[in-house]
Amino acid sequence: MYDVLIIGCGIVGAAAAFELSKYQVRVGILEKENDVANGTTKANSAILHAGYDPLPGTLMARLNVRGVALARELCQKLDVPYRACGSFVLAFTPEECATLDTLKARGDANGVPGLGILTGDQARSMDPQLSDQVQAALYAPTAAICSPWEYCLALAETAVRNGARLHLETEVTGIEKTGGGWLVHTSQGDFSARYLVNAAGVHADAVHDMAAPHAFTIRPSRGEYYLLDKAEGSRVSHTIFQCPNRNGKGVLVSPTVHGNLIVGPNAAPVEGDDTATTAAGLDFVRTTALKSVPSIAFGQCIRNFAGVRANTEIHDFILQEKDGFVDAAGICSPGLSAAPAIAEYLVQLLNDAGLALEPRPDFVCERHRTRFKELSPAQRADLVAKEPAFGRVICRCETVTEGEILEALHGPIPPRSVDAVKRRVNAGMGRCQGGFCGPRVVEILARELHLHPEDIQQDKKGTWLLWGETKGGSAHV
Amino acid sequence: MYDLIVIGGGPAGLAAACSAWDKGLRSILIVERDQELGGILNQCIHSGFGLQYFKEELTGPEYAARFVDLLSQTGVEVRLDTMVLDITPQREVHMVGKTTGYRVEQARAIVLAMGCRERTRGAISIPGTRPAGVFTAGAAQRYVNVEGYLPGKRVVILGSGDIGLIMARRMTLEGAKVLACVEVMPYSGGLNRNIVQCLQDFDIPLYLSHTVTDIRGKDRVEQVVVSQVGPDRKPIPGTEMIFDCDTLLLSVGLLPENELTQQAGIALDPRTRGAVVYENMETSMPGVFACGNVCHVHDLVDYVTAESQRAGAAAAAYLMEDAKHESRVIEIQNGPGVTYTVPQHIRPQRVDKSCGLFFRVNRICKDSEILVTSGDVPIARFKREHLAPGEMEHITLPRALLDKAGPTLTVSIREVN
Repeated sequence: MYDVLIIGCGIVGAAAAFELSKYQVRVGILEKENDVANGTTKANSAILHAGYDPLPGTLMARLNVRGVALARELCQKLDVPYRACGSFVLAFTPEECATLDTLKARGDANGVPGLGILTGDQARSMDPQLSDQVQAALYAPTAAICSPWEYCLALAETAVRNGARLHLETEVTGIEKTGGGWLVHTSQGDFSARYLVNAAGVHADAVHDMAAPHAFTIRPSRGEYYLLDKAEGSRVSHTIFQCPNRNGKGVLVSPTVHGNLIVGPNAAPVEGDDTATTAAGLDFVRTTALKSVPSIAFGQCIRNFAGVRANTEIHDFILQEKDGFVDAAGICSPGLSAAPAIAEYLVQLLNDAGLALEPRPDFVCERHRTRFKELSPAQRADLVAKEPAFGRVICRCETVTEGEILEALHGPIPPRSVDAVKRRVNAGMGRCQGGFCGPRVVEILARELHLHPEDIQQDKKGTWLLWGETKGGSAHV
Repeated sequence: MYDLIVIGGGPAGLAAACSAWDKGLRSILIVERDQELGGILNQCIHSGFGLQYFKEELTGPEYAARFVDLLSQTGVEVRLDTMVLDITPQREVHMVGKTTGYRVEQARAIVLAMGCRERTRGAISIPGTRPAGVFTAGAAQRYVNVEGYLPGKRVVILGSGDIGLIMARRMTLEGAKVLACVEVMPYSGGLNRNIVQCLQDFDIPLYLSHTVTDIRGKDRVEQVVVSQVGPDRKPIPGTEMIFDCDTLLLSVGLLPENELTQQAGIALDPRTRGAVVYENMETSMPGVFACGNVCHVHDLVDYVTAESQRAGAAAAAYLMEDAKHESRVIEIQNGPGVTYTVPQHIRPQRVDKSCGLFFRVNRICKDSEILVTSGDVPIARFKREHLAPGEMEHITLPRALLDKAGPTLTVSIREVN
């Protein structure tokens, strides 16, 4: 019996678990995939928005501004890559210049600090590759970038270290109200809890409908992206937006915390979690982005991907509680930015509904992982002398060592797939996209998890890599 | 302190080290990231290596073994399982290995022989889902030939580069069904002998002027869509063919692996994506040489060997000869039909009898003339019956001719008929 069961371990579920783990509350998390951060959380712009977009008075506005303030501190404590790069919204026409004024007024009303409107020349002096067609720009110094999946992982790991229990590959199939709370049927048996938190992302409407009358419908909107090589990583030093339109914040160009350049997204309605990319969508992203930054070398693309936003017909986050069932739904952009503030809000809802919040005296709020690449030569020498596994470079593009993979495998949420290793230590994220390290990561996973290489998955269940042994048999007897 | 540090123990590094030893250097270190010498040759278990250099047909591991044997008769030091992380302008080489630890070694000269890597799906932005089962041909080759695992049973291959062709045959021999080899260009990027021996002999269709326009499948590849492309290489709507398969292998080009070169501040050529080199394979940084696929992507390992021997010998000469021949520099330019040349610069006074020049052409040409002009004046002509982008071309320029040349030489292709 849990006090609180959270359904879904994306950024919202992880943040909720983290927040609850500060208290003496029995927390469980049910995640249908074999890893955390495996839906929208791993496939988005990786931006912590300053907070001038949402309409004043909305939950979105309040939680966005609070969320990015919390993120700054959290990312530092939990060792999550984070950079306060600031952002621009570009205006190319007099109408768009007027839009900037509207955005600034909105941002001021939302309490976004430090907003300013710059001339085109001022903006270009700060980011010289901006188009000479830019007439003005809204500058937001508090916008930042982060590693969204590591942020989620760090929150989930910290929750687990503080006693929360994560159940992977556990898909919710039905929910029943009981006398003392809720009974949740899953692919791994039944779970019971006094309170439920629905953080199921794109599937939040389906989960809601298992427990309560239909109240909202998720209307998934897909966004496609380019990720460019580090050779393009300093093309811009701020996150560059165009003026928002009815489809959202439009196509952005931004550095990433990993040193790459990200370009996207478009917005297209899709069914379910369809994350295919399309030639038309990518063409649109490319041509639109070149309007902001004409010099982007798209020949340096190392990966395309798409993510699905959990939009609803209600233009705000849906955070509500009834009978101990709490929805955290419709968490589209700026969901990543708002996540820790959403979590605070959810915990308050639970508290209002009768959940006692007794602080956990031994709460641990720190996390550290070894990043070989960032160490000085002297630190590297010390580390390898102590732990020789840090001397074996597995991923040459990102300089990731076997020691880092082993460390992840002994962490609070061990990786079970090649991509889960990638999300933890960056192996395979570079320009060769795992061509070199892929087989080596498979070998390490098989060895450490005591599995056959044929059983190692690329990512989710069913993403098999190897069909079987060759006629001559495997080299690993 | 080493006289020479060779980075990479594949065919280029082995030949360079042996050659430098033969020329008299006695303090040489090869740093190899894998657990054995030989580089990518170790996974190339097919035959066809050595026809030029040894005048006999060897497999990749056999070809490598010849040089490993030669090396074992020298005093060249080898550090395996060790990755070079950084080269400083002072020629300090930072390296790390599980057993060798983190070391900084000072070199008087360096040979860069890091080879190349494969272009990926991202580099060509194939739309669709992102299931498992999309591999570069070289990664698949490693799984099959080194690890002993078959990565799939029904296979489509995009790109008709040599590794893709070789893998078409290899996967077939291992019991997989190779449904098609698809090439966006109107001609193959691989050697003609591989088209015959790896596709035609196994009745595997080659679709020229076609490309993959969609990948389908949620978890593992389920289908790929292949479309014909027009002369602009854009897909033609209505020409889609759907293949039910579980694997897509990509053989869509190789890129010299020049992260270290770039970090060290050495000038790169955007056409080869390798270092700009002089006639002796010396880069823009004195005492640092580049050879093999890290300099430009070769078709035959035999040429890698020859080029790397020159680099090794030049590194020895750099350290052992007190007087450097002062020389003017001739810049080699691409004329019509030529995509790149190596070397890019020639110092005629440093050329002994003649200087070899490698280049590639940008289209298939029959009965052609390779024309070398100094300014507007043609100074040399070479006849060829057949030229193809997949096959590296080679001409030799005599010293006497170079002495007559102006500050630039242009290499171009002219079809005679």
